[in-house]
Amino acid sequence: MFDFFARLFRGEPSGAKAKERLRLVLLSDHLALAPDVVESLRRDLLDVISRYVEVDVDNVDVTFEQREHEVAMLANVPILSVRNGRAHSAPAPRTPLAPAPSLAAEAPSLAPLEESFWTEPVAEPAPAAAAAAVDALAETDRAPAETHGSPAEMDGLPLADAAVVAGAAPKPTRPRRRRRRRTGTMPPPPGTGEQRWGNSAPP
Amino acid sequence: MREFASEVPAAPPQEHGRGRSIVITSGKGGVGKTTTTANLGAALAARGARVVMIDADVGLRNLDIVLGLESRVRYHLLDVLEERVELDDALVRDKRSELLFLLAAAQAREKEDVDTAQMTALVERLRERFDYVLIDSPAGIEVGFRNAIAGADEALIVCMPEVSSVRDADRVVGLLPPAMRPQLIVNRVRPHLVRKGKMLSVDDVNAILRLPLLGVIVDEPAVITATNRGEPVALDASSQTGSAFRAIAARLAGEDVAAPAPREAGVLAKLGALFRGRR
Amino acid sequence: MSARRIVLTSGKGGVGKTTTTANVGAALAQRGHRVVLVDADIGLRNLDLVLGVEKRIVFDLVEVVEGRCQLRQALIRDKRFETLAILPAAQTRDKEAVTEEQMARVAEELAATADFVLIDSPAGIEHGFRNAVAAATEAIVVTTPEVSSIRDADRVIGKLNERALPYRLIVNRVRADMVRSGDMMSVDDVCDILSSELLGIVPDDEEIIDTTNRGEPVVLAEASRLGAIYDKIARRLEGELVPFTRLDEPGLFGRLFAAFKAS
Repeated sequence: MFDFFARLFRGEPSGAKAKERLRLVLLSDHLALAPDVVESLRRDLLDVISRYVEVDVDNVDVTFEQREHEVAMLANVPILSVRNGRAHSAPAPRTPLAPAPSLAAEAPSLAPLEESFWTEPVAEPAPAAAAAAVDALAETDRAPAETHGSPAEMDGLPLADAAVVAGAAPKPTRPRRRRRRRTGTMPPPPGTGEQRWGNSAPP
Repeated sequence: MREFASEVPAAPPQEHGRGRSIVITSGKGGVGKTTTTANLGAALAARGARVVMIDADVGLRNLDIVLGLESRVRYHLLDVLEERVELDDALVRDKRSELLFLLAAAQAREKEDVDTAQMTALVERLRERFDYVLIDSPAGIEVGFRNAIAGADEALIVCMPEVSSVRDADRVVGLLPPAMRPQLIVNRVRPHLVRKGKMLSVDDVNAILRLPLLGVIVDEPAVITATNRGEPVALDASSQTGSAFRAIAARLAGEDVAAPAPREAGVLAKLGALFRGRR
Repeated sequence: MSARRIVLTSGKGGVGKTTTTANVGAALAQRGHRVVLVDADIGLRNLDLVLGVEKRIVFDLVEVVEGRCQLRQALIRDKRFETLAILPAAQTRDKEAVTEEQMARVAEELAATADFVLIDSPAGIEHGFRNAVAAATEAIVVTTPEVSSIRDADRVIGKLNERALPYRLIVNRVRADMVRSGDMMSVDDVCDILSSELLGIVPDDEEIIDTTNRGEPVVLAEASRLGAIYDKIARRLEGELVPFTRLDEPGLFGRLFAAFKAS
């Protein structure tokens, strides 16, 4: 009971605090991880603003900043002149998603595993006590590490990694829904309007 | 936006010379490297040392969130290494201490992006300005680990009293340059389980690793709540874990600190013997 | 027959991927399925240790991939479960020794005669993780209700989404007492933050430490709470809708606080 009062005076329980901090940090992480989406957002923002004012496109700055209790978008948009209600030109086309490279099917030859593997009787020593086991391990494990051979081919890098490193092809973002459990099935292709940002916790 | 502009200490008076560069590593993930780095940093700074902590876990940064500094990070390690920003712009000052700074990992990059030579040069630069440069290594023994040890003069091995962790720690020790003189921290000990023979004792662990023992930390729920809040448990006077970190900081600084008075008989009582004549 | 190929991954190290792989694998085998467990943590192998087969390793995954032995020579049949086999990782190599294509090939070959292939991924999101994922067609994301694990799980989920790999979540090491007192996030909190469907809730239980030390899957013990939970996870993987053992309802203080905050 004393514990209860102590916590009352201490304020918010740490679990709730953790959840709130995570919500913000993940929002921030997602923005950092999707420069293509940020770029699209920036373009769309400029398109809308440009309908009303003429902007200095080369000096526009759009960033996201995580603060103590929120993540905010900061846009610094230098304005050159005011338009008279004339519509701006059509928005810039989105770059299409590059097709995912399929994993090369160059199979190294691998002898098939037959049914008999499962039906043969099993062979055997007994497991050892933990400390002794680890003792024995120390001997085998400290074998001199071989310098690793030729680095793995990077050509077959799947789309995900190429995009993260080069920021080139846009990646599908994860559609976020409030409070529904995902089965993790394939996300809708970008541009279908299904994407929402963040995972704002209900009050 | 310079709201949280770090006031990085100017070059220190030369009485101490170059600071110490220490990598905190383990092989096994989840044994407490990041928690140890954060708390050791906080405890050393509380003793008046100038400390900078580098999060070398590119892509999976967590040192910032453990310290509650996640909202203050603007730039990261790769921004500095690739010379997009000045070092001082990237260093985040701790909320509580003026002497404690963080250089965060990049979240949207990969460990392979770090250039080892540049990392070494950065650590050297930081040693000119700080008494301690603590490097939080990622799990594993691949490129992330190799970059984390680049530029480090000393190593702390964090190990849990658990078979996989001991095995991985042993592997890591085998990969460190011997000149690093690694020291051991045994973390997340549960004395009641050790007494029942259901958990390895500190002796069991060090019989395999055979390293100088820097500290033993007992598992406590306070660590979880402290991380939830983003506050280092080393600053909590009532926490047993906190006092263990403070003792480790003191030993690192050269003090001959006895093990804390045992609250549980058995494994902790033996610690006194382990620490006596340590050096 | 072609097996389901499931990678167990987390981002964060130490949340229980290997323990989960071993125990879910054992539970499935106990239910009669043919299960192969693949340790993809090359250089820091631990699946063998957790299952107590470390002394029976002759060949490993890397040697298979390099053609220096046959698959059946490297696979270790478990003696306690007739239908459980383990493919250990190499210890003195590192993750760059194997490519994604090679991993996928091995998994396909294993899948030909098995019901389930479970791949134990290393921590991180680098080469080792990519290899492990390349071998799979679905994923189980393992996390604990702690800030760093959830953040890393989120990152991993992002990577899985990029590859359109379906996944479900196991929340491990839940401490009901701490959730009730508000000092730990609840399973609902975790699922909310990660927007993920739940596969299992595993409590923090000292039994795991002991059984891991002895190299024995916990499903072997009679009347084991954890054993029953892993069995439920196995049943859910089979497609059965098994209700969750709720360990963690927020206690009085948690509910009061939530009510206060909502007003």
